[in-house]
Parts: sequence; structure tokens; C-alpha cells
Amino acid sequence: MRNKILSISVFLFFSIVFVIFFKGLKETNIYTPDLDIKKEIPFFHAKDFYTGKKLNTSDIFKLNQTYLLNIWSSWCLPCRKEHPLLLSLNENKKINIIGMNYKDNKINAEKFLKELGNPYKRVFEDLEGTIAIEWGAYGVPETFLIYNNKIIRKYIGPLNLNIIEEIKLLIK
Amino acid sequence: MKILKIIIIIFLIYPTNNLKAEDLEIKNKITKNLRCLICQGQSVYDSDSEFANSLKILVDKKINEGLSEDQIYEFFKNKYGEWILYDPGLNKNTYILWLLPLLIFLAGGAIIYNSFIVKK
Repeated sequence: MRNKILSISVFLFFSIVFVIFFKGLKETNIYTPDLDIKKEIPFFHAKDFYTGKKLNTSDIFKLNQTYLLNIWSSWCLPCRKEHPLLLSLNENKKINIIGMNYKDNKINAEKFLKELGNPYKRVFEDLEGTIAIEWGAYGVPETFLIYNNKIIRKYIGPLNLNIIEEIKLLIK
Repeated sequence: MKILKIIIIIFLIYPTNNLKAEDLEIKNKITKNLRCLICQGQSVYDSDSEFANSLKILVDKKINEGLSEDQIYEFFKNKYGEWILYDPGLNKNTYILWLLPLLIFLAGGAIIYNSFIVKK
């Protein structure tokens, strides 16, 4: 009798373990970041790209307005590719595009904007890359859609036409 | 005179050396427990990517601001989620991870107890 209980419990135990691991097999363990987040924007201090004045969150982001924060750098090739899309999006008056210049050389960054055009209402510097971390960013390029001081959507990597259409739909 | 010179040198060097040995130790400990999210299988401590370097600077800043180790983990967990920690806490997603080894250990112990000690 005792032996039977033991063998049944051992059998049950191993079948439960089997089911757990079998289910675990099918789940991808590739890390996928959360893109659809509704988080408050972080508080940070930064320097204005042109004037060098000190800024904080409330100087840049106001309530009841839509912003698109774009992290860019002159050394980043995908940023160069997505730049025309930002310029075309800038024609939409409902959205304010803000640039975060990530770990860049100022002369190169100015050259970049002169050459390709400036879609940004405001640009601030992030020389150490720490502000990008405060935002929960992974690198360049990365774009955040912000409304009412909340991050509505996050796009990792360069923007493409589909994303631009999505943004236009969202801000309607 | 020599002593005065040494004192002046120490006085000049001391303020620039703002990372105390203890801080460095705790910084290394924290960065070793943070996953570099854009690298494969590397901690922030091991990596030299742009992301990891910025993270190291930020950890330094947070230590200087006086945050404790747990507060710093909490900060990064808020930004990037549980995945950034190599040593995840006990919650509803991770309880199997924590309890399964213990259960297996207990079951093994029970089997050994049953088959060897009771038989004797």
C-alpha cells in the first residue's frame, strides 16, 4: 500500500515537472521589451543643444500636447535613414518633435542637421547617455510618443512608413 | 618642509578621488548583477557597449546620490523590467524557479530516507 502511494506520488511529481518544462519549451525566451507602456515620463536635467541653457522635464513637455521624442546621433546610420520621415511628420502641426542628441560630437551633430534639415522643435544633449537610460532606452535610434506627460508608445530602432502611419492615426 | 609638500600633494589629489574603494566595490557588485540588455549573455560589468557604459555612469551617480543597492535595482527594474536583474526577486512569475529546486531536494531526501534508512 505504502509502495503504491509512493510510486503514484513520484509519477505525479515527474509528470507535473514534465508538463512545466514542456510548456516552458514552447515559450520563447528571447527577450522582448515592453513597447506598449503607459508610464509617466521621467524627470531629468539636460542642456539645450543650441543655447546650452539648463532644462528639465517641465520646460520641454507640457500637458495636453503630443510630443515625439527622437533619440538620434550623427554617427548612427539608421538615424540618417529615418530623418526624411521625421521631416515629413513635422508637417503635421499636431505633433512636436523633440530631439535627444545621444553621445555625440557637437560639430558633427550640427553638420548633420544642416545637411539633412532640422525637424526638431527643440534639441537637448545627452553626452553621457544617462538621460536615455532614465527613459528606459536601449540605444539609437529610438522614438517615444508622448501625450499628457505619459509615454504612449515606444519604437526601438529606425522609424519606417508603417510606424509613421500608426503615429498619424494615434494623434488624430 | 618635505612633510608640508606631501601634505599639499595629498590635499590636491584627495578631492579628485571621489570614488572611495567601498563605493567601487559596491558599484562592481551592482553592475555584475545587471544584464547588458543589448549584448548576449554579458553583464553590464563585462560589457563595453554604449548602453553598458552609460549604465555604469548612472550607477556611479546613484551611489553618489546616496541610494542603497536595493534602491538602485528597483530603479532599473522600473525602467527595464525584471529581466535586467540576474538575481530576480521572489514573485508570482519566479516562484517556480525558486521553489522547484527546493522541492526536488526534499523529494530526493524523502526517497533516500524511505529506501535506505527506513529499510534498516
